[in-house]
Amino acid sequence: MKILVPLKRTADPDNANKVKIAPGGGKIVTDGLEPKPNPFDEYAVETALRLTENGTNPKVRLAGDSVVIVSMGPKESAATIRQALAMGADSGLVYETTDEALDGDLVARALARVVAQEKPDLVVMGKQAVDGDSNQVGQILAERLGWPSATFAMSIELSADKKSVIVGREVDGGVIKLKLTLPAVVTVDLRIVSPKSVSNNVTPATHAYQDGARYAPLPMIMAAKKKPIAEAPFASLGEQGLTTTYLRFEQPPSRKAGIKVKDVAELVQRLRSEAKVL
Amino acid sequence: MHLELDDTQRMVQETARAFAEKTLRPNAAQYERDEKIPASVLRSLADLGLLSVNIPARFEGAEAGAVAYALAMQEIARGCASTAVTMAVTNMVGEVINQFGTEAQRERYVRGLATGELVAGSFALSETEAGSDPGAMRTTATLENDRWILRGNKQWITSADFAGVFVVWARTGGPGTAGISTFLMPANTPGLRISKHEDKMGLRASSTCALVFDDCELPQDALLGELGHGFRIAMMALDGGRIGIGAQACGIASAALEEAISYAKDRTQFGKPIADFQAIQWMIADSQTELDAAKLLVMRAASLKQAGVAFSREAAMAKLFASEKAGQICDRVLQIHGGYGYTRDFAIERHVRDVRVSRIYEGTSEIQRTVIGRMILR
Repeated sequence: MKILVPLKRTADPDNANKVKIAPGGGKIVTDGLEPKPNPFDEYAVETALRLTENGTNPKVRLAGDSVVIVSMGPKESAATIRQALAMGADSGLVYETTDEALDGDLVARALARVVAQEKPDLVVMGKQAVDGDSNQVGQILAERLGWPSATFAMSIELSADKKSVIVGREVDGGVIKLKLTLPAVVTVDLRIVSPKSVSNNVTPATHAYQDGARYAPLPMIMAAKKKPIAEAPFASLGEQGLTTTYLRFEQPPSRKAGIKVKDVAELVQRLRSEAKVL
Repeated sequence: MHLELDDTQRMVQETARAFAEKTLRPNAAQYERDEKIPASVLRSLADLGLLSVNIPARFEGAEAGAVAYALAMQEIARGCASTAVTMAVTNMVGEVINQFGTEAQRERYVRGLATGELVAGSFALSETEAGSDPGAMRTTATLENDRWILRGNKQWITSADFAGVFVVWARTGGPGTAGISTFLMPANTPGLRISKHEDKMGLRASSTCALVFDDCELPQDALLGELGHGFRIAMMALDGGRIGIGAQACGIASAALEEAISYAKDRTQFGKPIADFQAIQWMIADSQTELDAAKLLVMRAASLKQAGVAFSREAAMAKLFASEKAGQICDRVLQIHGGYGYTRDFAIERHVRDVRVSRIYEGTSEIQRTVIGRMILR
């Protein structure tokens, strides 16, 4: 089974409070922030690895299985892909462009082209990137491909014949399970990296993964240097044209300071007369 | 001159940092109270390749080089200094066996340390009467009926109560440094007794014991390197070890300084954060400057080692400077914390105790100065 994982290079989300808006509101400035893989995409890499290995021996992919990482963005995206290869993925593809030259729709169209070339059985990707937070690429991609899709996956189970997956999705009020016939597109949420959220009918049911995306072990980091990353200009995919226009960026209004109440009686009174929630 | 890390080194640093941040740093105080590093932590270190950073891939080592090792050591020490010293000694033992061992010795011990099967390695050089002066050692190894028989004791042996292999130095010839040889001793060797557990000031989660050899019997092929070359082997191992301890000191000081910065911004006196007072700003400025200088010395020694050229002098300088400055930085950070720094509620209290031994083990500061002075003036 071949899994394609789109991976976006984003500005360090742990320092999101340092993101600034350029004077005039024309664009977002992330100067000085370290580039990191989009965390949801990292979870997608982890999901793809869990689906294609025996969890008791994570150093090798199952026979015939592979995980391919694709990134669209600046040339430096190759370094971000290299991190995914050090986690265990097999190869990478970079389509060079600038982040400003992309929007969700264009990325989805371009990914559809990549899918046509790579012919994966499954696309696993983050539910959204933590910079733009658009949450559209997976959905548009599935629509373009005419493939079934499940978004916000918090569990995934690959059938023994590898022809379908059952995806648990977080929805308001609970979890809904969908069975998808492959090929399909799955976007993942953060609970997909819980110790027992991924099952592939090979890893023993008793096996519990470490919570979160795996660390790249040092021997794998060294091995990743020899794994192939193909680089090509974004234009080579034959897709262009933005459908999104950004008019202006604004900071959200800063929160007003709260108030302190003397006692419960005052709290109840204020909740009733001011907040009007009682 | 290049001071930038390459992508691979950055990834090694990232792995060590992520593991230290998530697993070690939040639990280091508990490990200290338990006086034990959990077996799962040692297992994870092996799985991540952190016990074999500079060991060839054919023995399942990471083969990531001496620079990556120094980077990883700083990050692990930032999370837990006790875990770091266990990691440092195991890497040093793996490297010395890899450098001087026969193919069979490397296959058994270097691979065993890299995979975690042997859990950890121990380095048994010091004795009660032979610390800075290994030439005074009294442990003997005599060949009797084609077997080496070791008799004597060792002192300050890190990880002794769970290590799978000990590198042991013993006298096989005349007095002084020329009569010393090196042996590889598996943990289950009859006659090897793990004696007193030291009740240390710091690094309390790491195990430090005395060893007793009661007629310990080893086969002839337990000899590491050539007969009578033990002192040279020890000195070469310690050169690399000093990079590790210098890096460990930098890691502890980094943790301390981060805590000082966040405390100084948070703690209010006279109506403003103490970070707004020049006295505090200068302490932090001096600390960061000295820490950066120490790291650069450590990285210089590591990159010389990686390039395969002589690095003894640079390793001694890095270890001397890093350990001395890390001690001063931790002391200053405690001062910034005021009375709170003197309580176990704040990590700096532990850092001050942990960092103190950096000036003593792997060669005291005085021995480092002797080494450096001798090499400059010879």
